[in-house]
Amino acid sequence: MTKSILPVLTVLAAIVAVWYLAAVWLNSQWVYDQAARAGTEVGFSEMVAQTMAQERPVLPAPHQVAAGLWDGLAGQKVTSKRSLVWHGWITLSATLSGFALGTAAGLLLAVGIVHSRAMDMSVMPWAIASQTVPILAIAPMVIVVLASIGVKGLLPKAIIAAYLSFFPVLVGMVKGLRAPDAMQLDLLSTYNASGSDTFWKLRLPSSMPYLFASLKVGIAASLVGAIVAELPAGASAGLGARLLSGSYYGQTIQIWAALFAAALLAAVLVALVGLIERVSLKRMGIAR
Amino acid sequence: MSWAWGAIVFWLLAWAANHFVAKRWPRARWARFFVPALFGITLLILWEGIVRGLEVSPVILPAPSMIAVRFAEATGVLWEDFAQTILKGALSGYLIGCGAAVLVAVLIDRSPFLQRGLLPVGNFVAALPIVGIAPILVMWFGFDWHSKAAVVVVMVFFPVLVNMVAGLKATDHLQRDLMATYSASYLQSLVKLRLPAAMPFLFNGLKIATTLALIGAIVAEFFGSPTRGMGFRISTAVGQLDMPLVWSEIAVAALAGTGFYGLVALIEKAVTFWHPSQRAGGH
Repeated sequence: MTKSILPVLTVLAAIVAVWYLAAVWLNSQWVYDQAARAGTEVGFSEMVAQTMAQERPVLPAPHQVAAGLWDGLAGQKVTSKRSLVWHGWITLSATLSGFALGTAAGLLLAVGIVHSRAMDMSVMPWAIASQTVPILAIAPMVIVVLASIGVKGLLPKAIIAAYLSFFPVLVGMVKGLRAPDAMQLDLLSTYNASGSDTFWKLRLPSSMPYLFASLKVGIAASLVGAIVAELPAGASAGLGARLLSGSYYGQTIQIWAALFAAALLAAVLVALVGLIERVSLKRMGIAR
Repeated sequence: MSWAWGAIVFWLLAWAANHFVAKRWPRARWARFFVPALFGITLLILWEGIVRGLEVSPVILPAPSMIAVRFAEATGVLWEDFAQTILKGALSGYLIGCGAAVLVAVLIDRSPFLQRGLLPVGNFVAALPIVGIAPILVMWFGFDWHSKAAVVVVMVFFPVLVNMVAGLKATDHLQRDLMATYSASYLQSLVKLRLPAAMPFLFNGLKIATTLALIGAIVAEFFGSPTRGMGFRISTAVGQLDMPLVWSEIAVAALAGTGFYGLVALIEKAVTFWHPSQRAGGH
């Protein structure tokens, strides 16, 4: 672990350096234009200084984004509409409720598929095919249609988030519930164990590593779903709406700050699931 | 109401038939196609029956037959959107993004330092809501398909990179030692051993990337597009309450997504025919 800290920091430093260079390069055009309009000349160092401090830069410099992010997270009252904590909370609540719905549906369907051959044969190919459909792309439309029949607020976003987290959980659980090998299953049948005993005592515990692996994928997917679901015009709250309004008004710093807030949220959620994974696998005695 | 009841009765009958077939011929080849096909048809009939029986407004959910009619009427528009979004935006972005990812993977494979640095970053970025950069890239590259391709490049890059780097490590010591006893050069062992061994991993990433590419191309259009393209058409048709057209676009997206995925899977089959998962009986 400690061995990779130095390389990671190097890569991050390189990214920041490239970012600064790109910011100077992309924003210089505007500085030169302004100078030409004002009839003045700008030197190189002056140009660089100006590219770092524009109000609506093509590419905001990292410190501008950091300032915007900090202002959004800590500089505002939590209830303010300019606070990223508030917008993040809206997105987070949709993500979590969708994640819970999707995980529950995925678990139930996986149990059904493992126990019924007919269900396996009819549902599984469609579940896989449904993933090649770019459903995320029509998410805003689903929101609009649901709004037209009076379903508004949290639920439509949660449905999109649920759909996206549903599949990884389904596939992971089907794999996990089938993970016990023939020897273990035979052992339980020599004990004359019933179907539900086999399920609770063998299949479910041995599926846990698979479940957590898919939960990590699922929660990241839920967050993406919730953000995209906030894109249609009319949504006024959430990180997705923040992205959209930033793009309408050319507030690039706002876009980047919202983007980094979303990234932060994703990282925290995945890390949280990872933590739960480590604790519960350890307590179950199957930690690797 | 009779429509709805009829559909439900059909559903029960089809379910019984599927159950029977799955019990009677669990391994038969034709049953593998028959059972899911019947299930799909059942869903369509259930949809049609419920929409007609309960007289659901077409603004909320049009019946499949209505969508089919609209689809047939609008093939010209649909083709134009397909060419704009999928052929120009998604496909070019997919090729550039995957190509760049494979190149970078081969390059950083030589340096353990870069690998240790880039992989955690790549894994992290792969979990991020990358679609969020769509508004930025639309600002930079304009409304036409170039910005969509750029979004797709960024979206497919990291999943393919992470998979390809893992794939390049997939050879074991015995195999590499064998190449060394042949005194194979770096290039030779790369081309003859490590690239082929990386293919199953690479295709894993390429398959994930197909859906991402379509999503990126369509979502980017919500942030600005010329007056054609699937994302544009979906958002304007929703405004006009022309739901059958919206659903036709969704059908095109679904067909394109499945077709694209199928194509990559087909190429995978041809390239990695030696892998256990592709050999007979593998599932």
